[in-house]
Parts: sequence; C-alpha cells; structure tokens
Amino acid sequence: MAHAQTLTEAGETRFHLTEDHHPENGTLLGFWIYLMSDCLIFAVLFACYAVLGRNYAAGPSGADLFDLPIVAVNTALLLFSSITYGFAMLSAQAKKVPATLIWLAITGLFGLGFLSLELYEFHHLIHEGAGPQRSAFLSSFFVLVGTHGLHVTFGIIWLVTLMTQVAKRGLGVEMKRRLMCLSMFWHFLDVIWIGVFSFVYLLGVLK
Amino acid sequence: MSPDLVKTIFGRLTWDAIPFHEPILLGTFAMVALGGITVLAALTYFKVWGYLWREWLTSVDHKKIGVMYIILAIIMLLRGFADALMMRAQQAIAFGDAAGYLPPHHYDQVFTAHGVIMIFFVAMPLITGLMNLVVPLQIGARDVAFPFLNNFSFWMTVGGAVTVMLSLFVGEFARTGWLAYPPLSNLAYSPDVGVDYYIWSLQIAGVGTTLSGINLIVTIVKMRAPGMSLMKMPVFTWTSLCSNVLIVASFPILTAVLALLTADRYLHTNFFTNDFGGNPMMYVNLIWIWGHPEVYILVLPAFGVFSEVVSTFCGKRLFGYSSMVYATVVITILSYIVWLHHFFTMGSGASVNSFFGITTMIISIPTGAKIFNWLFTMYRGRIRFEVPMLWTVGFMVTFVIGGMTGVLLAVPPADFVLHNSLFLIAHFHNVIIGGVVFGMFAGIVYWFPKAFGFKLDPFWGKVSFWFWQIGFFFAFMPLYVLGLMGVTRRMSHFEDHSLQIWFVISAFGAVLILIGIIAFVLQMVVGYLKREQLADPTGDPWGGRTLEWSTSSPPPAYNFAFTPVIHEVDAWHDMKQRGYVRPTTGFIPIHMPKNTGAGIILAGISIVVGFAMIWHIWWLAVASFVALVGGAIAHTFNFKRDYYIPAEEVVRVEDARTEALRSLA
Amino acid sequence: MSAASHDAHHAHDAHDHGHDHDGGAHGSLKDYVIGFVLAVILTAIPFWLVMGHVLPTNQMTAIAVMGLAIIQVLVHMIYFLHMNSRSEGGWTMLALVFTLVVVVITLSGSLWVMHNLDTHMMAPMPHDMREVP
Repeated sequence: MAHAQTLTEAGETRFHLTEDHHPENGTLLGFWIYLMSDCLIFAVLFACYAVLGRNYAAGPSGADLFDLPIVAVNTALLLFSSITYGFAMLSAQAKKVPATLIWLAITGLFGLGFLSLELYEFHHLIHEGAGPQRSAFLSSFFVLVGTHGLHVTFGIIWLVTLMTQVAKRGLGVEMKRRLMCLSMFWHFLDVIWIGVFSFVYLLGVLK
Repeated sequence: MSPDLVKTIFGRLTWDAIPFHEPILLGTFAMVALGGITVLAALTYFKVWGYLWREWLTSVDHKKIGVMYIILAIIMLLRGFADALMMRAQQAIAFGDAAGYLPPHHYDQVFTAHGVIMIFFVAMPLITGLMNLVVPLQIGARDVAFPFLNNFSFWMTVGGAVTVMLSLFVGEFARTGWLAYPPLSNLAYSPDVGVDYYIWSLQIAGVGTTLSGINLIVTIVKMRAPGMSLMKMPVFTWTSLCSNVLIVASFPILTAVLALLTADRYLHTNFFTNDFGGNPMMYVNLIWIWGHPEVYILVLPAFGVFSEVVSTFCGKRLFGYSSMVYATVVITILSYIVWLHHFFTMGSGASVNSFFGITTMIISIPTGAKIFNWLFTMYRGRIRFEVPMLWTVGFMVTFVIGGMTGVLLAVPPADFVLHNSLFLIAHFHNVIIGGVVFGMFAGIVYWFPKAFGFKLDPFWGKVSFWFWQIGFFFAFMPLYVLGLMGVTRRMSHFEDHSLQIWFVISAFGAVLILIGIIAFVLQMVVGYLKREQLADPTGDPWGGRTLEWSTSSPPPAYNFAFTPVIHEVDAWHDMKQRGYVRPTTGFIPIHMPKNTGAGIILAGISIVVGFAMIWHIWWLAVASFVALVGGAIAHTFNFKRDYYIPAEEVVRVEDARTEALRSLA
Repeated sequence: MSAASHDAHHAHDAHDHGHDHDGGAHGSLKDYVIGFVLAVILTAIPFWLVMGHVLPTNQMTAIAVMGLAIIQVLVHMIYFLHMNSRSEGGWTMLALVFTLVVVVITLSGSLWVMHNLDTHMMAPMPHDMREVP
C-alpha cells in the first residue's frame, strides 16, 4: 500500500498525495498503551506487596484473615462479568441495541456484586482491627485490592455512561470503538484480578 | 462561628498560612501581584481576552500547544532560577557567625522547590513543547492523534505548576529535597502542608505528562506520511518516540509511589514508615525506577535536536543514522536497569552494587557512540556557526565532562565517598544543563522561525550562549572541588571559612548565567522588534533537511495542503535535490479537529481538588472531584469535535504563499 | 472557520466508516466460550489445590498456583483481549512485551534489592518480627 502511494499512476515518483488523506484511527492503540501504563501502577503495588507482604508487625497474617470462599465467589462474579461483556460486544457487532444494553446491564450487576462483596470483606477486616494501619502487610493488601476495586468502580461508571450513549445514538462506528475500549479495560481488570487472587489470597493463606 | 464549623469549612487553612511575617515572600508576592494585575489590565485594555481564549487557551493546534508549553517553561525557569540565585547567595555568605539571610526552614523549601520546578515544570514542558511543535510537522501530519487530549495534557501541566506557585503564598512548600524521601516526608516528620503541595502538584502534572506521552506515541506510530518507514523517520522524531515510550512506562511508577506516600500521610498506612513493618527504603527503590528513566526522558529529545542541528548546519546527512537509532533504542531499554546507582550507599551489598555499577558504565557506551556520530558529521562538513550550532558545540564539550564524572560516580566505592556531596550536584547539573538545557535552547533557536516566521536576534543569542557556557563552568566547577573535599549538599550554613572562596566563585557563575537568561529573553524581544529584517518568507531559513521546512513559516493551521510522500531519510533535502515543485492548484477541503474549552476547565477543577486535599477541606475535595468526573463524562457526550476547512480557505492561504514566494524570486 | 461547508457531524461519521476495521480485533462466540471454560478450570484448580491441601508441601502448591495464574493470564489475553501479533501492525504486542519486561524488572529488581538490603542491614526490630504472637 505504501509503495503504491509513493508513485503516480503513470509510475513517476511523487512527493505529495493529491487526494484526501486520513491516517488510521489511533484510539484503540492509544487505549491499549494507557492500559500498559496502568499495568505498571499495579506492578508497583504488587512489588510493595511482595516486599512488605510478610511484615505482619505482630499482627494477623493472611492465613488468619482471608476467607477463601468469599474470594472464590468474587472471582466467579468477575469471570461471569467478563463473558457477559463478551456477549455484549457480540451483540454490538450484530448491531442489536437492546441485546447490547441488556448484556451491559448484566455485566454491570456482576461488577456491583463484586464490589459489594469486596466492601463487605474490607468492612469485616477493619471491624476486626485488621485495618490498613495495622501493619505494612495490611497496608499493601488494602491498597492493592482497593486500587483494583476503584478501577472496577470507574469501569461501572463508564459502563453506565456508555449505556446511555448507546441508547441515545445506537451502535455507530464511534460507539463500537468506545465499547471496545471499555471491553479492553474490563478484561484487563480481570487479568489483574488473576494476579490478586493467586498471589495475594491463595499464596497468602499458605504462609 | 464555632471553631468546629470553621474547621469543617476551611480544613486546616487559617490566616497563619499566609506568610505576612516573611518579608522576602511578601516582597515576592507584591511583585507577582503587581505584574499579574498589569498583565491582566493590559489584556483587558487591548481587548484580547476573546482572541486569547479562542485562538490559544482552547486551541487543539499542536503548534500553539507546543508554544504554550515553552512559554510555561520559560516562566517557570525564571522562578526556578530565582531559587538558585537565593541558594548561591546564601551559601556564599553564611559562614561562621554569619547566618546568612535565609533561615533553614526557608532555605530547605528553596532547594526543594528549585529541584521540583526545574525538572517537572521547566525541563519537562520544554521537551514536551518542542516535541509537540515539531513532531507532527516532521512526520507530515496535520495534528497529533488526540488533539483534545493534547490540550488537556497541557493544562494539567499548568495545573501542577499553579499548585507549586500557590505554595509560595498560601502555606509552604516541602522541606524534603526534590524526591521527598520518607521517613522525613512522612507525617511524623513533615506534618504541615509542604509535602502535600509537592504530592498533589506532581500528581496533577503527572496525568498530563502520561497522557501526552501516549498521544505522541500514537501520533508517531499511526500518522506518519506515506513512505516514511521507521528507518526513514527524522532522528528527532525517533528520540521523541523513545522518550515518550519512557514517559508512558515510567511515570505510572511515580504516580503509584506518590499515591502510596499519600496513603501513608492521609490514611496512616505503613508503607514507608519506620514502624509496623514499613520500609522507607522501598520508596527510594521505587521512585528511582521512575527517576532514572526520567533522566533519559529529558536528554533523548535533546540528543534528537543536536542531530538535526548538526546535520543542517554542516550541510551533510547525519553520520551513522541507523547507529544513532539503535543507540537510542538501547538507551531506552538499559535505562531501566541502572536505578540503584542513585543509592549505592543504602547497603544492598557487593553483588547488587556491582551489578548496577556495571550496567551504569554500559549505558554510557551508546551515549558515547552518539558523540562520535555528531563529531563525524561535523568532520569535513561545511560548518555554519549559527546560534543553534554554538549551543551544540557547547553541549559536546560540557556534556562529555559531565558524562565522565558520571562514570566516576558509577564506581560504587567512589560513590560511597561522593554520595550526596556537591560533586554529585555538579555532576547532574553538568549533564542536565550541558545536555538538556543547551539542547532545548538549541531547539528553540532552531525552530523559532518555523513557529513565528522570523529568526531570533543572533547577537543576543550569541551573548546568551557565551554567558551560559562560561557561567556554567564558574558556577559548577567549584562544586566539583568542594564535593571532593567532602562538602555535602543541602547545607545552609558552614563553619569552615576556607571553603568560602569556592562558593563565592560559584555565586559569580550564577550571576553570569543570570545574564545569559536575560540575553535569552532579549533575543526574543529584539528579534520581535527586528522581525521585518529577520523574517523568514521561504519557510526554510537554515537550509533544512526534514519535512517541517517544506511548509511555510509559520505553517498554516492544517500544516500541509497535501500530505507529503517520503522517499528518503532527509525528505525535504531529497525533494529539493530532485527539483520538487510546490503544488499551486487542486486544493481540497481539509478535515480538522475543533477547539474546545473542556481541557482548561477540567484542569482548573483539578487544581481545586488538589488544593482541597492539601488543606483537608473534605467537602470541597468531594464536591470538586464529583465535578471533575461529571465534567469528563459530560465531555464524552460532545460528538461534534471536528470540521472541514473549506477548499476556498485553503486556496486563499496557499495563493498568498505562492505570491510571497514569487515576489522573493 | 467553523462555518464549514460540510455538516461537521455528518462528515465525521462518513470519515469513520472508511475505517471500520482498523485494528480492534473482534472475538467470536466460540472464542469467548472456549476462553470462559478454560478460565473457569484454571481458576478452580488453584482454589482446590489450596483449600483441599492436595499437594504435599506448601512450596509445591505455591509454584503450581503461580504457574496456573500465568497460564490463565495468557488465556485471558488470547480469548478475551484478542491479542495476536498482527493487530495494529504488531504495535500492541510490542507494547505488551515492553511492559512485561519493565514489570519483571520492577518486581524482581525490587525483591532482589530489598532482600539484599534486609540481609545486609540491621535485622528487623522485635515488634516487626514476622511471626504472629
């Protein structure tokens, strides 16, 4: 393609295009790069947990605190929300506005369920005296898991915004691109959660 | 009102926060206020508010945003340099019984502010501004990939700068040094607002920096003109790409570390405390994982400028283009594995220290290769010693000295002696002034005619160069000596009178640099006054080689009437060689992004969020944060973000240029 | 200048339509279902390993959990994020690889540096000791 553009139809070298030129849209690439930068924020939080996560300061450890069944339910909720978002994207590809909206709503509900359980867990821990101030272990635990939770919260706000826009404008190219960005964001949070439940919770109870 | 109510409304903001008892600050405030009122009055009197708002503040044009970044940098340079002069003056007189004129409480704020401002609000806006101005033109694009985001990024950077400046007159700034190491920066030892000002100004500016990094990467990846493969990109674009990759892959680390410090200060967590299992050294470790790439974020674009300047003013193709590119990429990657050399003395032991000592020495190799590339480009070239070239030659001499002292510091045992001494201060000023500042000044002088249509005054440009160059050696060579004698940094008072002479020499050097800065501003003023004489009607005042010189000076809003097609590395040189004829007919409408005020509004709200958090005004923090999120969402409902410049308008602009070029010939 | 000859909104959509397929890889129903099933299995195994004390030593369990986590991350990348080396001309893959390198450097570097620091410098104070009372 590039080669064809450098020559005129007559095969002479040309130095400018005479037709209208539109570079490719860069939104998806840009958003992907943003996700990569977000990934580094989590890398720092994971690094802190890795370095400080055993500094219990004579306080409780993960084995004393973590309730694995709750984590399992939370993980399941996020996984379900991932596939329902996938269904929303498939409906969007097929230009089915109501189906897209329904799947998005279900995704949002799963997200809300995840958040409520996480808040319940946090509340419970703080109530037991195992708040983020207790030890470096708990500081890094709360901030790592909490930052993931904040991302999910913003994901839900964004989801509602997009649902409003889809309802108003239908599924044009621009709306599909926005849904695609949120899709990447949502699945990215799922990937981070794999790290959280494996590294923090499961290894945490192993001691 | 009851004290509780006052505390709810104003947080910890009281009248005590206003420095009525500090004559220096009051004087500064009076001057700033007077200057500000004069400027505002002048703007109102000449009725330029509407013009300013429509054409500049809300502009999404990358050229205007670039220019605004550079203006911000020059204003902040004056502030940062005032801090430097205050430190030099204090250290030149505060010996023995003489306490000097700055109490430690104030002096500590001055050196912290100097470092923060010079790195985040002078060097960063300079490189971002220059990249914004030049990169789209060099790759034959009409704007950046996300024009609104560009405007927003700029205003967030301004927001950070405004927050720092606020600390001068409302409360105080951090007294911790420019990286705010805990435990000193933690709540136990810095309970006042200083560190909070530090944190929030950097967080606000950091958002802008990261987003602008993403923006420029996508611009370079997606918007290059047809035919411009990666290995045909101008070197400045290459170094900009690498610099932005570093921004995106390191500023999030700074953001996260500062957020953890914020958590320690606001939520009483224990990341970097001395109790409850916290570890302050983890902060030092993490912040330098950002900090070392930051060094290369600053200097890579400067290397790009030198490459463009050397090949232009020697009339030759750059020697070893591909080795230059590879060296840049290698530096980009290596810059991530040297961070520990900033804290060899922490005590990680011999294996860790030797690893990082060796990697540090390795990273100087590609940098050295670049120096040779520039030298070989000059060899047998027809060198024109115009002002940009002077800065480049000055850089090569100065930077090599700084680089060699850097390799010296990379030897861990030597570093144990020199750590935190004035030798270190001399070293990094040597590379940052000699590399980044000289590079950006060369770039500003080089591309100024492109941005404004006339050259800067060469006489004052040369005066500026010589005063900077000589002033630099007077100001910093004594610091090398003092550092070798064991004098540590950040001292406001000395007992040993035998040291004084070195500090006096250094202060003299600072005065020479002051003259250099004045001359730098004068070259713009005089250049403006003589703009008829110094005008650049051709668009190619230096005999340039890359695409930005193929369009008019200043370029039209759409940069290029037709998207150029590239065949060689030095595309414009190639076009000139092959007798390219500028098209004068067949113009079509051009698709462009629309201006928007959303960026400046959102950044303004961000300042309020930061201010409320700093002063613990919780209701305002919540309200403004909700407004910020709401404003951002509202902006996403604006789908009308572009328009077409009609063909008649393009014809009008291009015909005027055709006419101007004809009258020249 | 804003008095453009074209209706801006209409023009924008027209411009976009030409680029419907620039980049964003789309999954099929089959992709999502395969991904989901694999993810469920790869999540269930580590929970089972830890909660059921299946393996003889904790160390083996830890290695298995982390190994499965890495596999699951790959599954999510391929089936949910539709990563491949072709999308966006390979730039997304390049960005990912570069980020992973930086992540690995940050994690392993911090651990190495801080571990060496702990070994070489003063031992933790008694109230910082790692064991629960």
